[in-house]
Amino acid sequence: MKLRYLIPVACTMLVSGLTQSAPLEIQLPPETAQLKPSNHPGRVIASQKCAICHSVDYINLQPGTMSLKQWTAEVTKMQRAYGAPIDEAEIAQISAFLATTY
Amino acid sequence: ISSLAADTEQQAFENGTRDLVRYPQKRPLMLITTRPPHLETPFSVFDESILTPNDAFFVRYHLANMPMAIEPGSYRLNIAGKVKTPLSLSLAELKALAPAVDVVAVNQCSGNSRGYSEPRVFGAQLGNGSMGNAKWTGIPLKAVLEKAGILDGAKQVTFKGLDEPVLPTTPQFIKALDISHAMNGEPIIAWAMNGEDLPFLNGYPLKLIVPGYFGTYWVKHLSQIDVLDHVFDGFFMSTAYRLPDNPCECVAPGTAPAKTHPIGKLKIRSFITNLADKVQVTHGKPLKLQGIAFDGGAGIKTVELSLDHGKTWQSTTLAKDLGNYSFRQWTHTLVPKQKGELQILVRATSHAGETQPTEQSWNPGGYMRNVIESKTVIVA
Ligand code: HEC
Repeated sequence: MKLRYLIPVACTMLVSGLTQSAPLEIQLPPETAQLKPSNHPGRVIASQKCAICHSVDYINLQPGTMSLKQWTAEVTKMQRAYGAPIDEAEIAQISAFLATTY
Repeated sequence: ISSLAADTEQQAFENGTRDLVRYPQKRPLMLITTRPPHLETPFSVFDESILTPNDAFFVRYHLANMPMAIEPGSYRLNIAGKVKTPLSLSLAELKALAPAVDVVAVNQCSGNSRGYSEPRVFGAQLGNGSMGNAKWTGIPLKAVLEKAGILDGAKQVTFKGLDEPVLPTTPQFIKALDISHAMNGEPIIAWAMNGEDLPFLNGYPLKLIVPGYFGTYWVKHLSQIDVLDHVFDGFFMSTAYRLPDNPCECVAPGTAPAKTHPIGKLKIRSFITNLADKVQVTHGKPLKLQGIAFDGGAGIKTVELSLDHGKTWQSTTLAKDLGNYSFRQWTHTLVPKQKGELQILVRATSHAGETQPTEQSWNPGGYMRNVIESKTVIVA
């Protein structure tokens, strides 16, 4: 363990200020999740607003047993706790779409 | 729990089909969410080895504005707040600050097993695979805080990593420990996991390790430590990751607690790891069982099995002890004496006398499941 970090220290002194180690880079797999199909007007709003901060698999993953009341509380949490840019009318539309489609 | 197809895994709850997807430095893991990445370990991994391999270790982010490249040469860990000397340490400086220490410890998501919550609750719908056991190498948090010099009146220490919210209206992911906990020598700032650099998605190049505590405190890409003279009130301490403030840390299903406190130590759990549910076994032939147990740090005293729905229990043999914060493996051989379905219950007890309940209590976050687990085999 010791040797491994002593080496970079020595290098820094030699190349003075230049960074000696390569960055570790990652590439993540593509995002493929889509909201479930529906003709409900709330789906259009949800597809615009609910993927701003996270993929919609956050939604697809949830249990199929959630009521309109529960979905409304969840969507309201997105607005109040996380600052999702949605107004009361949009909360109602999105929640109705989610409760009927999921 | 068996695979439906080669590329999915089925959890034993509704809407529990998970794609197996390969992420950087990882073998195919169960996809929970793509952005930010959230991956769960297939349960069979826990039968492979007592240390969870780095490429199989679960991944959990909260906020999607996360780094995609990290340059170790210019990385800094900053320590500020109520300290005599604020520090900005390079990785080399950090590693030279104190002798390196190792600890084998379980990192378990607060919401591990949430999918089994009844009634179901919102959140990541996890099976039992959002946990892992690794040997972490780093230096004690205490050494860094002592180097900076804690000022009188310090109450808590906060920890933040490089991951940020997508919108500025979303709270940052910041966690806090009481000063006494931060200084007790147990939390470490780790750069290695099972003898290798941390995988990127597990927090490269630095991760806070809080042995015995739920994973929410194990901040990844650790970059900022602040010493506070008050109790931190950020969202991920004061609103999220909280439990009902009563002895059972539970409420009647579907109800809200009047008062809450932050989640803390792991509760004791045990599992059978070498059996898929409902496999067929041979009547009269010795059946080898193997599994794991862990708790919040008292250490595992016994792991027992019951074949009669909990009326009587027989003890198993505990394997090598890797420390009180580690998984403890156990083995046992039994001979199925009756044909038909046989339910095998597994229960652990700690050196502090903590054991597992026969019924799972409920809390709104679906946190901290630790009910007695079972596997059913078909004796034929
Ligand atoms: C401003 C950011 C933002 C927007 C917009 C947003 N969310 Fe979220 N959402 C979050 C964050 C942050 C989390 C929690 C992430 C974590 O802890 O992993 C989350 C989590 C969730 C979860 C998982 C369960 C939970 O409560 O943690 C669901 C379901 C969800 N969001 C649904 C939605 C829906 C539906 C919308 C559209 C109305 C939406 N989100 C829009 C930020 C947002």
